[in-house]
Amino acid sequence: MVIEKFTTVRSTAVPLPIENVDTDQIIPARFLKATTREGFGDNLFRDWRYDKAGNPKEDFILNQDRYSGSILVAGKNFGSGSSREHAAWAISDYGFRVVVSSFFADIFKNNSLNNGLLPVQVSEAFLQTIFDMVEADPGTELEVNLEQQQISIAGTDHAETFEINPYKKECMLNGYTDIDFLISIKDKIEAFEQSRT
Amino acid sequence: MAGKTLFDKVWDAHVVQEIEGGPSVLYIDKHLIHEVTSPQAFAGIDARGMKVFRPQNTVATPDHNVPTIDQHVTIHDELSRFQVNKLTQNCENHGIELYGLNHPYQGIVHVIGPELGITQPGMTIVCGDSHTSTHGAFGSVAFGIGTSEVEMVLTTQCILQPKPKKMRINVEGELAKGVTAKDIILYIISQISTSGGTGYFIEYAGSAIRSLSMEGRMTICNMSIESGARGGLITPDATTYEYIRGREFAPKGEAFEKAVQQWESLKTDEDAVFDRELTFAASDIQPMITYGTNPGMGTKISGNIPAESDIEASGQKSFKKSLAYMGFEPGVPLEGMPVDFVFVGSCTNGRIEDLRAFSAFVKGKKKADNITAWIVPGSKQVEKQAIEEGLDKVLEAAGFELRQPGCSACLAMNDDKIPEGKLAVSTSNRNFEGRQGPGARTMLASPLTAAAVAVTGKVTDPSGLIQ
Repeated sequence: MVIEKFTTVRSTAVPLPIENVDTDQIIPARFLKATTREGFGDNLFRDWRYDKAGNPKEDFILNQDRYSGSILVAGKNFGSGSSREHAAWAISDYGFRVVVSSFFADIFKNNSLNNGLLPVQVSEAFLQTIFDMVEADPGTELEVNLEQQQISIAGTDHAETFEINPYKKECMLNGYTDIDFLISIKDKIEAFEQSRT
Repeated sequence: MAGKTLFDKVWDAHVVQEIEGGPSVLYIDKHLIHEVTSPQAFAGIDARGMKVFRPQNTVATPDHNVPTIDQHVTIHDELSRFQVNKLTQNCENHGIELYGLNHPYQGIVHVIGPELGITQPGMTIVCGDSHTSTHGAFGSVAFGIGTSEVEMVLTTQCILQPKPKKMRINVEGELAKGVTAKDIILYIISQISTSGGTGYFIEYAGSAIRSLSMEGRMTICNMSIESGARGGLITPDATTYEYIRGREFAPKGEAFEKAVQQWESLKTDEDAVFDRELTFAASDIQPMITYGTNPGMGTKISGNIPAESDIEASGQKSFKKSLAYMGFEPGVPLEGMPVDFVFVGSCTNGRIEDLRAFSAFVKGKKKADNITAWIVPGSKQVEKQAIEEGLDKVLEAAGFELRQPGCSACLAMNDDKIPEGKLAVSTSNRNFEGRQGPGARTMLASPLTAAAVAVTGKVTDPSGLIQ
């Protein structure tokens, strides 16, 4: 799998001011029957996005033309529940490259980082500022700079730094994957196995 | 230097390498796989032209997608059948042991690992399923992983993980009548919320935890993830060893005695320090049920749904959204609410003890007419034992039937979907919107409570109805 390098993203944002968005909402279990990684974006937030007949629900954010962009901004505790990596695939496949929230569930965060989707954790106050400004003006752009670990609201003084594990940052900046790293140290893994017996 | 926790001891013994400023390379002893989260991992290996590194350390079984009626005949759903066949094919290509449909060891991954003696104290265990935390009941470090990580384990038997912080939750004292392991964990999550455990690994301790059977301990550890924690674990003791003794893949004879000696060292040192420690009194816990759309929204059955004034300002929006989905009013009593479906099963409560508890309660009684009940054993072994103990006959006499093993209505990937708008009392682990089927409404509870509901047809506290 090839991971796109991540340096900076500047984009308008899609606001989803709901807390505790679980992975069953992001991608319901009945859409997990595929055996490839592609195409999950079509069913992203399926039951919030479409009615039973498959028609778009007008009140859902992804169905509103005024919001678009590659940054999803969501309420706290985003991605709780199941370990399904399909949640990260669905968000990426839809076209998002960044998810901003004031709190992320652990497994979702790992899965996102393993797929070049950057989870950016901000303070609750900053999250509220983003929601307020994006809702007031959907043309508001956010800028995410991974090298500087900074997120800002373009054209304003509003900015915050965010945390990311230095190893994971290096991976994201260069498009490296954990699996390539692990394969490169296989001799060490074999030596570890020997040392245990 | 401060002592080590049980978690530290198991984790540290599996670190192959520490990365400067980064995660640890963690060696995995046992890897469980199923049909839903593994195909893309095998595709990755095949694309690299590689082979599974240690196929003997991985065990496979189909569970998420399988029908619970006529599963021995065929899977009618084409996509499900394709996914299950893909698992078979991948296991054949890579020399992995598969307990497929009709195999006597088939079942939910987290039920078969322990019952076959694959799960043992001190191991690291992973699976592409968040309820892998179940295996922590044996004093192992067990947690759910994503598919990219499944591929890492298949390729190198390792994953990269940052070491989590440590929390200890003590539950002290004697449990009241009608209060089970499920009530303990629903109570804990209602107190710490669905994000209270995020970033932590939880050790459960205290006299109430020690008094539980292995099945009960598995129920507790299973739902650790519902508090946000990657996993939970419990110090192995005589109860653990007796459960493991004699099981298919457990060490036998002298090797078993030697293993027990080693397992005895798996306990938290007295001077070990936790990042967070909480203590609850068992006497504060009553039979629990959830009323909302996340597992933290639970309360005692004899109580009321919280009033809006009980909820903090920041949580108002989610609270209202949740109750609107459930069709419930704030502040109203839970007992007496009419229920449509009862689901008994899942990796949380699909073990033999759970079927025994349900059967014992319904014995000599009748299923309420307004209830449709699905009783799903967690594995073929559980099904077999239930039949040997005559539980199928007890259930039948009371108007219930035992289905075939699988994850079933817990996540409704197969045909076992609760219809839109219907209210189900479920022994599973998640009450998320649509979890048990589009538009389905779920209340989580213990098998004992599920039995009381199945008989009365409405939300019922079982404690007044048992001897």
